[in-house]
Amino acid sequence: MFSNIDWDVIIRSLPYLFFDGMRFTIMLTLMATAGGIVIGTLLALARLSNIAGLSQVAGAYVNLIRSMPLVLVIFWFYFLVPYIGQWLTGAERPIQVGAFLSALVTFTLFEAAYFCEIMRAGIQSISRGQVQAAQALGMTYPQQMMEVVLPQAFRNMVPVLLTQTIVLFQDTSLVYVISVTDFLGAASKIAQRDGRLVEMYLFAAVVYFVISLAASHAVHRLQHRIAIIR
Amino acid sequence: MSYNWDWGIFFQLSPDGTHTYLQLLLFGACWTLATALLAWVIALVIGSVIGVIRTSPVPWLVRLGNAYVEFFRNIPLLVQMFLWYFVLPEVVPEAIGDWLKQLNNASFYNAVICLGLYTSARVAEQVKAGILSLRSGQRLAGLAMGFTLPQTYRYILLPMAFRIILPPLSSEFLNIIKNSSVALTIGLIELTAAARSMQEFSFHVFEAFTGATVIYIIINIIVVNGMRWLERRVAVPGFIGMGEPAAAH
Repeated sequence: MFSNIDWDVIIRSLPYLFFDGMRFTIMLTLMATAGGIVIGTLLALARLSNIAGLSQVAGAYVNLIRSMPLVLVIFWFYFLVPYIGQWLTGAERPIQVGAFLSALVTFTLFEAAYFCEIMRAGIQSISRGQVQAAQALGMTYPQQMMEVVLPQAFRNMVPVLLTQTIVLFQDTSLVYVISVTDFLGAASKIAQRDGRLVEMYLFAAVVYFVISLAASHAVHRLQHRIAIIR
Repeated sequence: MSYNWDWGIFFQLSPDGTHTYLQLLLFGACWTLATALLAWVIALVIGSVIGVIRTSPVPWLVRLGNAYVEFFRNIPLLVQMFLWYFVLPEVVPEAIGDWLKQLNNASFYNAVICLGLYTSARVAEQVKAGILSLRSGQRLAGLAMGFTLPQTYRYILLPMAFRIILPPLSSEFLNIIKNSSVALTIGLIELTAAARSMQEFSFHVFEAFTGATVIYIIINIIVVNGMRWLERRVAVPGFIGMGEPAAAH
């Protein structure tokens, strides 16, 4: 028990873990969050629109993604993205895409379904009178949304969006299943190469724990600061 | 798309020689459900206990409960799986470690325990929120009637709190079913893993994943409807929102 533990392996692999692994994880988290919020907001607008077909299609997409496990979605896109690339570019064979791009597309489209539900709640939290007032002022639909509804909806939902980002940060570890070198992937590669599973997985757990805990405390403080007193 | 679709693949014999690919997927679905249901029992029991002690008047119990929840919520599920499966047998005394490693179906037991404890932290959050959403008068009334604190929880607070949190609990139940797919990383052949191995042997990627997706959707629909029925069943007349069907997910 703890007799032949070699903590030195962590020190030796720190540059690889953080410059290769953690950079991938952070980049993926931030870019997928940004993309997911944009697409999620568009999906939310589509779901709430009066155009019958549009809201049904958006609703079906969101429900489909939300009823599938992330691992399965990762596999789906891992094999599907080359075909989508072929279809977009009109190439003769499925296009090889890098691990990062494949993971980015997957997480953006997956998280969009979850961000859609958050933004939908945010938009619905804005009172009907605001939209009516905007209409009375002669604003067009894009103006009503961009100038009146979305800024407030966004502000109301910032804590929830950030909490979802922390969930996403933890979920990116699942790219392990397609052998991508994110933070956990890097730790796992060293663990298997040096036979140091205990040290590396414990260290990975500590790093994820510290970052997630610090981030969720920051969100909590922010929530108090930006809360609108009504 | 240059892809050869062949839906007949489901009825062809898989490499094990006795079962079709469809049966392979259904076995996977059974493992998924078995893992999720057993883990759900653990999650509900421990989650309720932790949720309750976080609302208790004993400061060190509250801190203990908070620490428990923070621990399980801030480490990715996949890392927790690895901790249970790879790390635990190495850090316990050698005899126990060897016994753990030689266990039949070790990945199943590991997945159940890991998923159960992971979800228990989430259940604890809901239980706490449910209890706190009740008016403080309910607790005071119970105590004033001469109930002990445990009795107040058992007969007054928890019956209402559980009814209030039934909708979020049903989404946690859907989550536990989906999260059981993470157990494929420690070698459990649940539904996603079954689809993956079907894809590897048959080379029919998209049929395999479509099959798994359809099964997940069917499970989802059954659970959502079952939970709606349960909500109507246990609704207390006269409370707002009770008896209204839960919003679809």
